[in-house]
Amino acid sequence: MLSESSLKKIDREVAKYPAAQKQSAVMAALAIAQDEKGWLDKDTIACVADYLGMAPVAVYEVASFYNMYDLEPVGKYKLTVCTNLPCALSGGAHAAEYVKEKLGVDFNQTTADGRFTLKEGECLGACGDAPVMLVNNKRMCSFMTPMQIDKLIEECK
Amino acid sequence: MGRQYLLYGAVMLEIEIDGQAAQVAEGSTVIEAAHQLGIYIPHFCYHKKLSIAANCRMCLVQVEKAPKPMPACATPVSPGMKIFTHSDMAIKAQKGVMEFLLINHPLDCPICDQGGECQLQDLAVGYGSSASRYQEEKRVVSNKDLGPLVSTDMTRCINCTRCVRFTQEIAGVMELGQAFRGEFAEIMPFVEKTVDSELSGNIIDLCPVGALTSKPFRFGARTWELSRRKSVSPHDGLGSNLIVQVLHNKVLRVLPLENEEINECWLSDKDRFSYEGLNSEQRLTKPMVKQDGKWIEADWAAALDYVSHALRDIAAKDGAESIGALLSPHATLEELYLAQKLLRGIGSENVDFRLRHSDFSADGKRAGTPWLGMKVAEVDKLDRVLLVGSFVRKDQPLLAQRLRKAVKRGARVSVLHASDDDLLFKPFAKAIAAPSQLPRLLAEVVKAAAESKGVAADAALSAIVPGESARKIAESLLEARQGAILLGNYAQQHPQAATLQALGHQLAEIAGIRLGFLGEAANSVGGYVAEALPKGQGLNAAQMLAQPRKAYVLLGTEPEMDTADGRAALAALEQAKTVVALTAFKSAAMLDYADVLLPIAPFAETSGTFVSTEGRVQSFYAVTKPQGDTRPGWKVLRVLGNLLEVAGFDYESSEQIRDEVLAGQDGFVSGLDNAASGVSLTLDVAASTFERVADVPLYFADALVRRAPSLQAARDAVAPTARLNAASLSSLGIAAGSLVRVRQGDASVQLLAELDGAVADGCVRIAAAHVDTVSLGAMFGSLSVERA
Repeated sequence: MLSESSLKKIDREVAKYPAAQKQSAVMAALAIAQDEKGWLDKDTIACVADYLGMAPVAVYEVASFYNMYDLEPVGKYKLTVCTNLPCALSGGAHAAEYVKEKLGVDFNQTTADGRFTLKEGECLGACGDAPVMLVNNKRMCSFMTPMQIDKLIEECK
Repeated sequence: MGRQYLLYGAVMLEIEIDGQAAQVAEGSTVIEAAHQLGIYIPHFCYHKKLSIAANCRMCLVQVEKAPKPMPACATPVSPGMKIFTHSDMAIKAQKGVMEFLLINHPLDCPICDQGGECQLQDLAVGYGSSASRYQEEKRVVSNKDLGPLVSTDMTRCINCTRCVRFTQEIAGVMELGQAFRGEFAEIMPFVEKTVDSELSGNIIDLCPVGALTSKPFRFGARTWELSRRKSVSPHDGLGSNLIVQVLHNKVLRVLPLENEEINECWLSDKDRFSYEGLNSEQRLTKPMVKQDGKWIEADWAAALDYVSHALRDIAAKDGAESIGALLSPHATLEELYLAQKLLRGIGSENVDFRLRHSDFSADGKRAGTPWLGMKVAEVDKLDRVLLVGSFVRKDQPLLAQRLRKAVKRGARVSVLHASDDDLLFKPFAKAIAAPSQLPRLLAEVVKAAAESKGVAADAALSAIVPGESARKIAESLLEARQGAILLGNYAQQHPQAATLQALGHQLAEIAGIRLGFLGEAANSVGGYVAEALPKGQGLNAAQMLAQPRKAYVLLGTEPEMDTADGRAALAALEQAKTVVALTAFKSAAMLDYADVLLPIAPFAETSGTFVSTEGRVQSFYAVTKPQGDTRPGWKVLRVLGNLLEVAGFDYESSEQIRDEVLAGQDGFVSGLDNAASGVSLTLDVAASTFERVADVPLYFADALVRRAPSLQAARDAVAPTARLNAASLSSLGIAAGSLVRVRQGDASVQLLAELDGAVADGCVRIAAAHVDTVSLGAMFGSLSVERA
């Protein structure tokens, strides 16, 4: 199901843990699988589970818990705005409203052109940089004032 | 702050709960300590058999010097600890937790099946407030399809995760999980999957709210309307203890009766849901007699008169030895005893209850009654096990659960079988081969053990050269402190069962471990105790079918499904002049071959006794009245004994019969011994391609469970297919999913081919005991497969 190169990458992650604890690599394996497939459908999750010797539902628990993992297709750019309390108090809520208005979509929606998907995120561990946003699960953007948001969206065209 | 060292080494700590001093073992938790003192701490997620989750927070208590309330289930006791379970702080914390739990829980107790037996309802009375302060929207969670046995109302779920932990820790495969997070967390199976475990019904008992309830029982009755009566399961050899719940003389539900020595607090789904079969449309409720090919209902006197005359006529004309009796191993001890006494009374030795067995060469050579070789509760203490010829997960689900527990504690369980089924634990070593080769494989293990230990092996094993896996298995068994070799149902049904027993005994002697038989049926030991098997010139179950009799007496069995060779059984019964069936159910086949049908009470409607696989004597009362004109089997047999003028048939109660059989044996029967001497070993059976591997799927195993609709809808009850491994499929040029014709002898059936990597090379796995495969014949033997 997953390509040879993805499996090789997963092997590298698995090698970081004791042989009897392959499941420790589940988060990395899901990220690798998602990089290949774009999002995690049930077959991909079952494939990761099988590869790591885990119950599929145990992998599904992880995949559904963290919002870096997408259980549905997303646009080319996935913007995640943190709305946990420290961010919310420091402009996160406003940042989310601003993005919504600018893109014309609500949380968990994708723009008509398929370019942006907006997600509400959980704490990214950088409360001092609030408000923070995440682009495509990997790139973190700090101090997202409306000006910064405009700049980011411009970049993502 | 004293520490006391007890004899067995556990350190005892002195603590105080609610002012009561107590000594508890180090490492126990506050909730365990409280229960030891009889102090109840409210809880939902805590369960003594499951790991600690501490996620419901209901068990918060006050601990002296701790700044905040502590969860009693996850707080270990420490020396001198002072705990207050009902202080202002504790009560305030518990009430706070209850308010949070009730935020999202619907207030629909009047329409909830759990109402009246709901822990949340009960505790809300004690800790909830009369009105909610919560004004916002409540959470709604969509229901999940968990299969035909468990019904869901997920909005009621309080996310205690007991069900998740059960599937993971006890059932052995995590079929449920808690997906998503925070407010959105919900319990679910993996996308589009159901819960297919053979132990799945236990999550109904575990669920402290009405989220998981019994689908067959759904909206059937309120718990307080039901009477609770004790009984014993009539299915596998374990003898699980039951609470049978009855309303208006009808069994509506079966729950486990906790017995730590047998079923703990669990039940297999078969034990739990088979009661549905009691109300099957196929119940026979009136005696019936066939006259001129037509069935007419008769009264008891006429039917019994007919039977006694028919048997007398045949005994007079053709000799009593032309009468044979096939008895179900699920029948009660009393029925088995009276049936053999009746047959012997009229002069026939042809009586047997070992219907699925095919090798009887150990008869007369056994040292005693074959049994588990240990107590059921000792199974999880074993450290080295060799499992021979056993579909244990399906045949004895709760023994498989105990083996899983043993493996978790570090036991090494090896497997020797014709199919590498997933036991939900990792076997230490395995040897998988065609059925005909199992005796040779076991001989290899015996030889390897003898060589390794430097003792002489049986001379018959001189030509045996142990393979690598046999050596690995032997080495592991030689390390045993508490070891056992366990022969499963399949090994007992094997055509060289006596060889397997003798080899097992040799191995047990060499390695200093125990030999055990996993009990096939509720009375697999009881049948021996009742002497319901032939002695001297009598014919055994297989011979009675191979050398057709003029008359058959059937007790609680459908021989086409319940014998080693259903096809031969049908042929023998069809040619017989008279077939008398004492049965709770009628079937099309039975209406065809039988001449008289006498309705006898099934499980729940008769008193009786089962002697379990560990030799435990368990008597039970009837929990309901027999349906229609049905009568308890022992009464019917007693009257038949009287009519046939057999001496000693004036019993007044089933207890009287039991006391006669057991003759003072109390609690456990004596005479249990798995040794066999003088068995000539048969090791050189040539393998053939293809050999049949026939399992008895758990929901086809006896007449009652075959008629339980919900179990028949379960995944384990799918119609049989021809299962082959990839190599076999490709050698035949057959694609999985295509229709194949399977020939066994001069019989053939069409089945779907299915890929099953677990099946041994050169074998086809085709389930027995199913109407689709009865015509194939014997459970063991060679067959051919071709494209249909």
